[in-house]
Parts: sequence; structure tokens; C-alpha cells
Amino acid sequence: MPPAESPTSTGARPGGWAAAGAAGEPAPAVELRDLSRAYGERVALAGVTLTLPRGATLAVFGANGAGKTTLLRILATLLSPHAGTARVLGCELPRDGWAVRGRVGLLAHEPLLYRELSGRENLRFHARLHGVGAARVEALLEAVGMTRRADEPLRTLSRGMAQRIAICRAVLHSPELLLLDEPLANLDPGAAGAVEPLIGAGSGAARVLISHDVEHGLEEADVVLGLRGGRQALLARAGELDAAALRELYA
Amino acid sequence: MSAATEPRAVPTRVVVAALIRKDLRLELRTRESVPAMLLFSVSTFVLFHFGLDARSLEGDLAAGVLWVTLLFASVLAINRLFVAEREEGGFDGFLLAPVDRTALFLAKATVLFSFLVVLELAAVPAFAVLLLAPPGLPGLLELCALLLLADVGIAVVGTLVGALAVQTRARDLIVPLLALPLMIPVVIAAARGTAPLWLEAGAEPMPGRWPAILGLYDLVFGLLAYAVFDYLLDE
Amino acid sequence: MRDANFSRGLVPLSIGSVVLLVGGFAMVFLYAPNDADQGFVQKIFYLHVPLAIVALCGFVAGGIYGIRFLRSGDRVHDLRSYVAIHISLILAVGALVTGSIWAKASWGQWWVWEEPTLVSFLIVFLLYACYQPLRFSIEDPERQARYAAVFAVVGGVFVPLNFIAVRAAESLIHPRVLSTTGGSMPGSMRLTFLIALAGMAVLFVTLNKYELTSKRASFQLRALRRRLAGDDDGWVPVRRSAAPQL
Repeated sequence: MPPAESPTSTGARPGGWAAAGAAGEPAPAVELRDLSRAYGERVALAGVTLTLPRGATLAVFGANGAGKTTLLRILATLLSPHAGTARVLGCELPRDGWAVRGRVGLLAHEPLLYRELSGRENLRFHARLHGVGAARVEALLEAVGMTRRADEPLRTLSRGMAQRIAICRAVLHSPELLLLDEPLANLDPGAAGAVEPLIGAGSGAARVLISHDVEHGLEEADVVLGLRGGRQALLARAGELDAAALRELYA
Repeated sequence: MSAATEPRAVPTRVVVAALIRKDLRLELRTRESVPAMLLFSVSTFVLFHFGLDARSLEGDLAAGVLWVTLLFASVLAINRLFVAEREEGGFDGFLLAPVDRTALFLAKATVLFSFLVVLELAAVPAFAVLLLAPPGLPGLLELCALLLLADVGIAVVGTLVGALAVQTRARDLIVPLLALPLMIPVVIAAARGTAPLWLEAGAEPMPGRWPAILGLYDLVFGLLAYAVFDYLLDE
Repeated sequence: MRDANFSRGLVPLSIGSVVLLVGGFAMVFLYAPNDADQGFVQKIFYLHVPLAIVALCGFVAGGIYGIRFLRSGDRVHDLRSYVAIHISLILAVGALVTGSIWAKASWGQWWVWEEPTLVSFLIVFLLYACYQPLRFSIEDPERQARYAAVFAVVGGVFVPLNFIAVRAAESLIHPRVLSTTGGSMPGSMRLTFLIALAGMAVLFVTLNKYELTSKRASFQLRALRRRLAGDDDGWVPVRRSAAPQL
């Protein structure tokens, strides 16, 4: 398994990444060593080791139940590691989780929004929790094209619209690390284009991306991680990926 | 995107205020808790009015009926207190924010307290009309003091039990099973304190030890809940 | 955690508890005088009150272990908390039954609501009876341990508070039903009582150790089985249980 090394060239990605490890540079976005987490006696994650530089994108592939969501939740500080080390933006989890919370954005499977409140009310609430002003809420609503329907209760909106509001929630506090679980689910191509500057490669943030659309994931990725049964089955830079190995993950 | 390297923490009072506003707004929209509590209380009083032989109650019996009913009504609110968080991912949304986690406890306890106050503003007069003779509320000041002290205790314990129960599989069972025994000291102290106020022969002064016990209960459980609540949110 | 030797001192403790209890009950029948008001029946007090006191202390101990678990995260404290509460619950049933027998023999009713200690004890019992169902209703073992610890701490604080409230509520009109000779005990009764209490306390500690040792043994057995089966940390079908897993 080729290890994920920091590249010496800037690569062909827009918003490229800095070479990590050089003196004075900020710490890598994600640094995992032997990360493990169990659910009772069952293994959820075991021995995951990788480094993700700032501004880079990690795509995580694996069958259902392989541990992708667990990994995302650990990085979001919602779960604590049981063994191994995890450092996010230079802070060690779970000890310094509090320092990281305002700098990580999670777009989970659920929208994490209250269905009886409107999009605007939801975003204003989360803005207060993160110490962000109302102007940012309006700007984001504008950017995803939801200004017109921002005052209707969320339960009256279609899934795609709710997803757009959820995306706004995830980037409300301008996080340095984005954790995205199927970000483009339910979005039509127009909406997908509208959110690209917020959560795409152009956002400048480091990203960890879970996508069942393997092609899309590969397009976006700088580093690819494959999980199988909680274990690291493959780890490669995007250009050096073995397609067969990837297919085996889902076998 | 700005890369803030300083951990940003939002002041607790801002967070508590935001949480309270959100919950009150949700309650106004969905009207789930307070109307249910009110309906339950008033129908219970009506049932007692017809069910008990004596058409009017006094002393111990009156106090007992009122407080037990209020307690059961509070269980209804406790059941629903964290449901939105649990079902709509509100816990996650809150846990992702750079905030002190006990803010959630403070906010929810305040919300539950306010529901109880609103309930009592309507239910206690209804009780007086239906079950007290003569219909009137002697000793109103002492009664209000007892109500407020008891509400604090119920709010604190109810929030703790609600948070604990919402993450289990048998929430609707666990809430009454845990909350009711824990709140029995509140019922005892409040009922015994209220009883002398409603004697037919004329109101007697309320012994001072009942508010004292309620105060002690509030203090001890308040501190305990504040200390322990964080652990219910960790994973 | 793996080094915790629960069975240290098990044999002397067992012997000690047998000696104290047998000796104590011998004293009950041979040494302690009959109570002036209630006669022979009162002797069940030597069983009932120690059971109750040790059970309540056991619940508080469960709370203390709960605090230690929350602060350290070491699962051994969760196990200790569980066992302490578990055994206290059994003792509590004994206390309720003996209290009921006492009430029936002295007053002709199986239960007396006027007796504040019985009532407050019943409330505590009802609360702790929910401990195991609560544990069972949480599948994630980590969360189960944490929530159980929170419960144990809250319960441990509740025990004294509840006692105070019920005692204060005791009406001056109804006399204490289950008191002995109006509150002051002659020396021979006191000595017998203290020995019975000591015996019960030692019994409690012994039972705790037995259960802890037995649980440790079954965990080790399971770990060995897993290793023999080939995978150290592979997926093993886990039966849902209320007991803590180490």
C-alpha cells in the first residue's frame, strides 16, 4: 500500500495545497495513526493511518458498514477514538476536541436541522451557536439560491432544498476542514453547481468526502482511502490508484 | 476562507439564550407540550371532582391531588423535552458548536421551568374552582413560593432524566420510572407545605421546613445535574 | 484493570461473615433480652435493620464508584458500581420482606405507611429497581456504562435526601411503629445489634467479591475463547446484556 506522502509539486488542483511538514507551515488537516474504535466487541475502525495536508481532499470509499461514517464522526469530534492517535488541524482528539469544534464543518447524512423551523431560523440558530453574524446567513442563502423560500418550514421543502440549507449550515462558520457525507445527494445539476464554491475543491478547505458515486469521488480526490470491515484496505494518491483494488472494496 | 487558528468559543449566555429561543419557538409552532399538560391536568381535576364523594377537598387531600396531578403533567413535558434533539439530529448540531455543553442543560431546564409556570398559571385556578371550597386560594403568597421552588426541582430532575431517557430504547417507560421516585421528596414537601393553607377551619401558617427541604433539594440536585450532564452527551 | 485481583482475601472474608452472622444470631436468641412492648417478634429487627442499612450504604457506594468511573473511564469502576447496586438490591428485597413480616407480627398489617423509614426505603427500592432495565435498554456498551454511572450517582445523592424528606414528613400523631423501646436501647441489645450489623456489612463485601471474581473469570474465558477461535478482535455476535462488559 503506497503511503500518502506530501507532494513536492503543487499538483494540478485549483486551490492547491502547501507541502506539509516544512518548518513554519500549519499542521496537516488530518493526521491519523492506527486509529481504532470499537462498538462493544465489534470493530468499527481499526488501524487507520493517513495524513491529509491542508486544502487537500480525501475520498473515502467502502461498502455499507465499512466504517466511513464512524471515521467522519471521529474527525468531527462527535466520537472519541478508542486507540491510536487522531490529530485534526494540529489538535489531538479527544483531549483538544474543544479547540477544533469551531473549525470543522460536518455535512452528515441527516440535515441536522429542525423540521418545524424555517431555513432562515435554523441557520440563524446555528449562527448564534457558532458566533457568526446574520449577514453571513443571508449571503449563504443567496449563494445557494434559497432566499425566496427561506421562511418556509423545512418540512415543506423538497429534499434537495433541505440539502442546500444543510450545506449552508455546514459552512456557516467558514471551517478549515469539511467533512462531507454524500454532499450532492438529492441535488440537481444547477444546485450542485451553486454549492461547488462552498464545499467543492474551490472552497480552499481541506475535505474528507464520502461518496457512493465512485467517479465523482475520484475526480475530486487527492488522496483515496478504501475501508473494508473497518480496516484500511487501500490508501493511494489519486493518480496512482489501482481500479481493480477499488472495485474489490465493494465485492 | 479565513483560516482562524484561535479556538473560538461562544459565551454561554448567548448559547443558552439561543437554545431557549429555539425551543420556545418550536413549542409555539408545534404546541406539543403545554396544551397536553394543561388538558391532562384539567381533566384530572374534573375526574376527581366527579369521582370523589366529597365535592370539595381540603387540607392534605386537596394538596395531594394538586401536586400529584402537577407531577404527572410534568412527566408529559419531560417526555417531549429532548425529542426534537434526538430525532432531528439536534444533539449533533449542538455538539459540533464550540460551546460549553452544560449550556444545553441550563437551557432545557429553563424551558421546562417555564412550561411548568405556564401550566400552573392556568391549572391552579382551575383546581381552585373545581375542587376547593370555598373557591378561592388562601395563602396565595406561600403557595406561589412553594410552586416556584418545586418547579425548579422538577425542572432540574426532569431535564436530567429526559436527557438520559431519550437515548435509550424505552424512553416513554423510563421517564416516569425514574422521574417519579426522584421527585417524591418534592411532592412530599410541597403537599405538606400546601395542606395547612387549605384547611376548612381556616388557613394555618405553613411550617418553614417545607420550603427549606425544597430549597435543599433544588440546590443539591441542581449542582449534581450541572456536574453530571456533560457525561450524558459524550460519546 | 487486568491486574485487579478481586478475590484477594475472599476466604478470610467468607469465614468472617459466617462467624459474625452466626454469632450474631446466636446472641439474638440467647443473649439479647425480649423487647418490653413487642416481645419475641421484635427480634426480627436484628435482621431487618442491618439489611436496610447495608443496602442503603451499598447504593451510595454504587454512586461513589459511578463517580470514579465517570472521572477515570476505567471500566472496572463501572463493574464495581453495577455489582454493588445489584447486591444492595437483593438485600433491599430482604429488608422489605423482613420489615413487612415485622409489621404484620406487631401490628397485624403487612405494610404500614406511617413508618417513614419503610416508606422511604420503598421509594429508594423502586428507583433502583429500574437500574438494570435502564442498562438493558441501552445497546452501546460505552453509553450504557456512562448512563448507568450517572444514574448511580443521582441515586446515591437521592438516598439521603429522600430519607430527610420522609422523616420530616412523619406526622407527630402517628408514633413510630417500628422503633424499639422508644428509641434507647439497653447495652445488651446494642451489642447484639452492632454485631449483626457488622456481620451484614462483611457479608455484603464478601458477596461483592464473589460476584466480581465470577464476572472477571467469565470475561477472561470469553477472551480466551475468542483468541482460540482465531481472531483477536474480530466480529463476535454480542448478546445484549445489562451487565457491564470489560
